[in-house]
Amino acid sequence: MAEITTLAEAIAANVRDGDTVALEGFTHLIPYAAGHELIRQQRRDLTLVRMTPDVIYDQLIGAGCARKLVFSWGGNPGVGSLHRFRDAVEKDWPHPIEIEEHSHAGMATRYVAGASGLPFGVLRGYVGTNLPDHTNTIAPITCPFTGENLTAVPALRPDVGIIHAQQADQHGNVGLWGIQGVQKEAILSSDRSIVTVEEIVDELDPRVTVTLPSWVVSAVAVVPSGAHPSYAHGYYERDNDFYRAWDDISRDRSTFSAWIDEHIMRTEDFAEHLALVRREMVGVS
Amino acid sequence: MTAVMDDATTTATTDEMMTIVASRELRNGTVCFVGIGLPSTAANLARHMHAPDAVLIYESGTIGAKPTRPPLSIGDGELADTADAVVSVPEIFAYWLQAGRVDVGFLGAAQLDRFGNINTTVVGDYDHPKVRLPGAGGAPEIAASAKQTYIMLRQNPRSFVAELDFRTSVGHYEGGHSRRELGMAGAGPTVVITDIGVLRPEPTTGEFVLTALHPGRTVEEAVAATGWPLRVSSDLTHTEPPTDQELRALRALNAGA
Repeated sequence: MAEITTLAEAIAANVRDGDTVALEGFTHLIPYAAGHELIRQQRRDLTLVRMTPDVIYDQLIGAGCARKLVFSWGGNPGVGSLHRFRDAVEKDWPHPIEIEEHSHAGMATRYVAGASGLPFGVLRGYVGTNLPDHTNTIAPITCPFTGENLTAVPALRPDVGIIHAQQADQHGNVGLWGIQGVQKEAILSSDRSIVTVEEIVDELDPRVTVTLPSWVVSAVAVVPSGAHPSYAHGYYERDNDFYRAWDDISRDRSTFSAWIDEHIMRTEDFAEHLALVRREMVGVS
Repeated sequence: MTAVMDDATTTATTDEMMTIVASRELRNGTVCFVGIGLPSTAANLARHMHAPDAVLIYESGTIGAKPTRPPLSIGDGELADTADAVVSVPEIFAYWLQAGRVDVGFLGAAQLDRFGNINTTVVGDYDHPKVRLPGAGGAPEIAASAKQTYIMLRQNPRSFVAELDFRTSVGHYEGGHSRRELGMAGAGPTVVITDIGVLRPEPTTGEFVLTALHPGRTVEEAVAATGWPLRVSSDLTHTEPPTDQELRALRALNAGA
């Protein structure tokens, strides 16, 4: 059964230095609050896994939490580069980062294999690209039935899977709807898991399309607006102004570090962080 | 900007020109897997003009999305609200793309070579890149499995290169039959739309040649903007200027109207 607890306690109990951690969310329901708590608790040497590392991974990388990144597309959607990610890869700041690079189809296949308890997954992919020259978790395989040449990728098995969802019930059963990404696979492929939710309800909303039973989740924590600046379908919209503002905040190392210090390290929790950000963003749009 | 309208008070920007020309490629009823940015805008413009029954698929798992304005990200809420179906990311890539249900993959790129192979990974050496780009995303498997792909890319010597720094997604590979020999289901890129003109692959070699020029653009400009010796089709045509209706629809779309 999932323990219903605070986010700070959930991170403290489930994430250790050196862990492989997948914070998933495909542009929707991105677990920003949980990412901030990793920074606030100063987790180090993490292997971060994500199909689409965006602003929260930029923050984690720039804050020095990551030793390695396993990913398929790293950018600020609709805006441009992730400056902290680029600085880490191009200039080793704040320290060198190892990368393991895939395609979306490959990462999705790896999550499905992990959730299925298989050692690897199979797809038609990567052939003719330069990705196999640099990524050693891509290998050719022949179909034993047809002889077709296919590609094998190993299962992802994170130590901890972290997602944000709209709701949980009193028992810790989790429900989400809208764009569902690989959230279910991220939880089911991981050894331990944390889900932040907008609210705890007596009965899950009928709009719920993905349900994760309480017994596959380690901890549930209520964090209203915990996906900001991404969005929670039915609760709040994507804060596109913040994504645009991030481009300037993150471009320069010292501006970035001052922002992390003021907005994450010196705030008690995500509610205080959000109050600060919202005061600053007034008038931006 | 070059004035391309008959009405001198209304001019199309180069991005608008590219988007309108790209939108004309999309036939009604086509199932189109759309990348974010100009490809998404072009596909939506087509839906508002001549292709109301085009099915737009975004890699966030939204099938048949009908956004009223171009989304900033491929996972904007409006895509899910207006879609016929919302499925998981593993499902969109496995059941829908890999299984061969996509007619057209609509891609952008950072670099393109003469065979329509594209790079969205790095500029410079992989281990010590000059510019680290976002990476593959959905493009390699879209390029492999869609029945054909359209590519949109501004044409200049940095983007149209003799040799890619990294081959992220395969076009006509090394030319000739080499793509087919890799075992790819789809036919590969059939058109490249730029701010200067339109390129299409020569059937036998797979090499992209200039087949059309946009109004006011010249062959010399196209050649100067290309990092390989660009060949020009003997049937070189001129792009029809954007109509008032196309420009109005595109601007309304961009304004979120």
